[in-house]
Amino acid sequence: MADVHAHHAPGEHYLNSPKGLKSWLLTVDHKRIGVMYLWSVLAAFFLGGIMALLVRIELLSPKQTIMTAEAYNQVFTLHGAIMVFLFIIPSVPAALGNFVLPLMLGAKDVAFPRLNLVSLYLYWVGAAMALTTIFFGGIDTGWTFYTPYSTSTGGAVGLVALAVFVAGFSSIFTGVNFIATIHKLRAPGQGWFQLPLFVWSMYATALIQVMATPVLGITVLLLFMERLFHVGIFDPALGGDPVLFQHFFWFYSHPAVYIMIVPGFAIISEIIPVFSKKTIFGYRAIAFSSIAIAIVGFLVWGHHMFISGQSTLAGAIFSFLTFLVAIPSAVKVFNWLATMYRGSIDLKAPMLYAISFLMLFSIGGLTGIYLGALAVDIHLHDTYFIVAHFHYVMMGGTVIAFLGGLHYWWPKMFGRMYNERLAQIGCALVFIGFNVTFFTQFLLGTRGMPRRYYNYLPQFQELHQISTVGSWILGAGLFLTAAYLLATFRKPMDAEMNPWGGKTLEWEAQSPPITQNFDFDPVLKHGPYDYRPERPKLDEPVHHG
Amino acid sequence: MTWLRDWMMGPQASTLAPNIDNLFMFISAVNTFFFVLIVGLILVFVKKYRRRSPNEITPHITHNQTLEIIWSVLPLFILIGIFFWGFHGYVVAQISPANSIEIQVTAKKWVWQFEYPDGMRTLNDIHVPVNRPVRLVMNSEDVIHSFFVPAFRIKKDVLPNRYTEAWFHATRPGVYQVLCTEYCGKGHSDMLAKIHVDDDATYQKWLVEGDEEMKKMPLKELGQLVYENKGCATCHSLDGTRGQGPTWKGVFGQTRQFADGSSAVADENYIRESVLDPQKHIVQGYEPIMPTYQGLMRPRELLGAIEYIKSLK
Repeated sequence: MADVHAHHAPGEHYLNSPKGLKSWLLTVDHKRIGVMYLWSVLAAFFLGGIMALLVRIELLSPKQTIMTAEAYNQVFTLHGAIMVFLFIIPSVPAALGNFVLPLMLGAKDVAFPRLNLVSLYLYWVGAAMALTTIFFGGIDTGWTFYTPYSTSTGGAVGLVALAVFVAGFSSIFTGVNFIATIHKLRAPGQGWFQLPLFVWSMYATALIQVMATPVLGITVLLLFMERLFHVGIFDPALGGDPVLFQHFFWFYSHPAVYIMIVPGFAIISEIIPVFSKKTIFGYRAIAFSSIAIAIVGFLVWGHHMFISGQSTLAGAIFSFLTFLVAIPSAVKVFNWLATMYRGSIDLKAPMLYAISFLMLFSIGGLTGIYLGALAVDIHLHDTYFIVAHFHYVMMGGTVIAFLGGLHYWWPKMFGRMYNERLAQIGCALVFIGFNVTFFTQFLLGTRGMPRRYYNYLPQFQELHQISTVGSWILGAGLFLTAAYLLATFRKPMDAEMNPWGGKTLEWEAQSPPITQNFDFDPVLKHGPYDYRPERPKLDEPVHHG
Repeated sequence: MTWLRDWMMGPQASTLAPNIDNLFMFISAVNTFFFVLIVGLILVFVKKYRRRSPNEITPHITHNQTLEIIWSVLPLFILIGIFFWGFHGYVVAQISPANSIEIQVTAKKWVWQFEYPDGMRTLNDIHVPVNRPVRLVMNSEDVIHSFFVPAFRIKKDVLPNRYTEAWFHATRPGVYQVLCTEYCGKGHSDMLAKIHVDDDATYQKWLVEGDEEMKKMPLKELGQLVYENKGCATCHSLDGTRGQGPTWKGVFGQTRQFADGSSAVADENYIRESVLDPQKHIVQGYEPIMPTYQGLMRPRELLGAIEYIKSLK
């Protein structure tokens, strides 16, 4: 470790050498690509967030508050499409994962650095196509594009379908890259069970990305062809079957739920041991449960269609499999809890986010039980209950974990520490605001308020107003977070190499890392979460179970 | 706990509701237990094991097989139990009782149209008797809609290319809200209807006297509605062309020649007889195929049909 900086001028790192816009746009450095992805997904988060705030303001009163029904339908559609395709799906793998994963393996880069850059460019092209639709008549189908509404409505549905098609390839490329990287570029001594659990989760995610995303590509391409050439696959007027579209769509989009949440698990599995200063409980259970989720997650798409008219038998099978897939998620929560038991718990911002995750994701997961239970789903399907449920999983789960990861790796990525006090206040505001916004929506749903409603019955107004006030608290927390994170760039680099005492390899690189990541050839000397003062020798297995 | 259930789920007004709500409350109890357990453990651990010095040494606990098996298998059993309960309720909600009243539902942007067995049609508003099962056979004329009655705990998508069905057995008289729950565009949130659950006497009266709107309708318009809705249009033209039956155009006041050689002037009583007892006199050159409408038409509807025929000069 003594010669870490030996071959490099002090103060030289991936951010400042080489310099210039061109060196960034043509880079093959996974860290630079990760950082460019990071700013891109954060921009998407900002846009999608503004749309969410607009939706909530519109719902302050029934009928028109600030916009027309047509505008409202476009705004909630863009909110969903931007958040899912341009923010959450690439947020952890393509932004944070790109940066951290090769470092965790002690590698210089991902296996296919140029493919990595292509992935970023495809993301940009897809994002640009999706956003230009605002000027071409917009899109009002909801992010789910259900036919035959989507084949018969006006606007730029075809363009968005193509945008999703293109962005899908960026996701596939990231997945392919990660699978190859994990197989081939691990440090000497780093067997599969010495991998950080972040890597296991990224592996599971990559499998789903590679296997499921092509189906989405085919589906949106068929939708595009249906609109342009009237091929008659989904449109009943042409002899097609609109429910077939739902099968195709959810065959991707349910696994996509796991593309979104498994990376959340990835981050939590890093933060909790580090801030409990204790080895992870049930390493293998957590690792294998990610793979189990990736596999069983392919077999539950029909639970989005319990009232679509699909057969009772199909409903029963999908319901049963849905309950099965709940178990690995529950196991993870118990494992994280057990990791905290007798730990040395440090409540810094990343850990506060991890604890928020445990609570919010538990609510998200537990409310899924109502929806998996066939009879209860009849009442709750397509109401605000489902809106609340998936926001607890997607935002309370993935986005909270993403924010935790951002705070955890921020000093590594940019070499700067943020103001801890402000970070704690920001986290508290996000937690409170989130619950006020979305817990009320469970109640709206059980009382029968349908989703995607511009106008609503007067008895729902009070809960809608509470929810809207919550969205302002949530927004305030996120703006505060953005402010103190950006403020770190106004001061010199002050972050230590390993501010949290992490045991994984990325903490052995300098902060921020040099372009080649390490000045030495990293060799694994201990397990990723080994906090024993006296560690066993190299060849002894670190984990077993 | 009834107050809590009502506070969360709203009133129960069908035979399906209690079972669904009981399962809902059971899941709520299970969830509350696990959520309190998780949050409780977090709070206890955070308080008890809060870092006091940077050099604290923690025990190296890698796993505990017994514990892990317990917390995997125990929730699995609970979930399988919930699965069967939910499955049972779902099957019950899929199969309508044999003695159901059948109502056809047609959805289109952004209205609900209902049609009774006797051909009466209503818009965004239906009456059903209390304590009788009602089966809804549903179809859409454009995009997918979804028929949702919160108080009955029923919901089913309404598709353009096939029929779907739902049923309910209302247990309390009252007026219940119907909402569309599959996004269908600009008017989605205004695609509402009302179900009036009447006691038997009120329902019978409504069946005889018909829809409020139809009561107010001028006779001629009502007659036109009857012509369109009750199947007259299938055989009788309005423009003089020959169908399965004679055209209605100009028929009023004409002398009709019958197959048995007799004849009569088509006046009000002749038309009434043709509707209620069509086999009595068959117009020459036509087959005796018209069914009787005895009991299928309200008195005012018959009057309307007569007025309508009169107007077709």
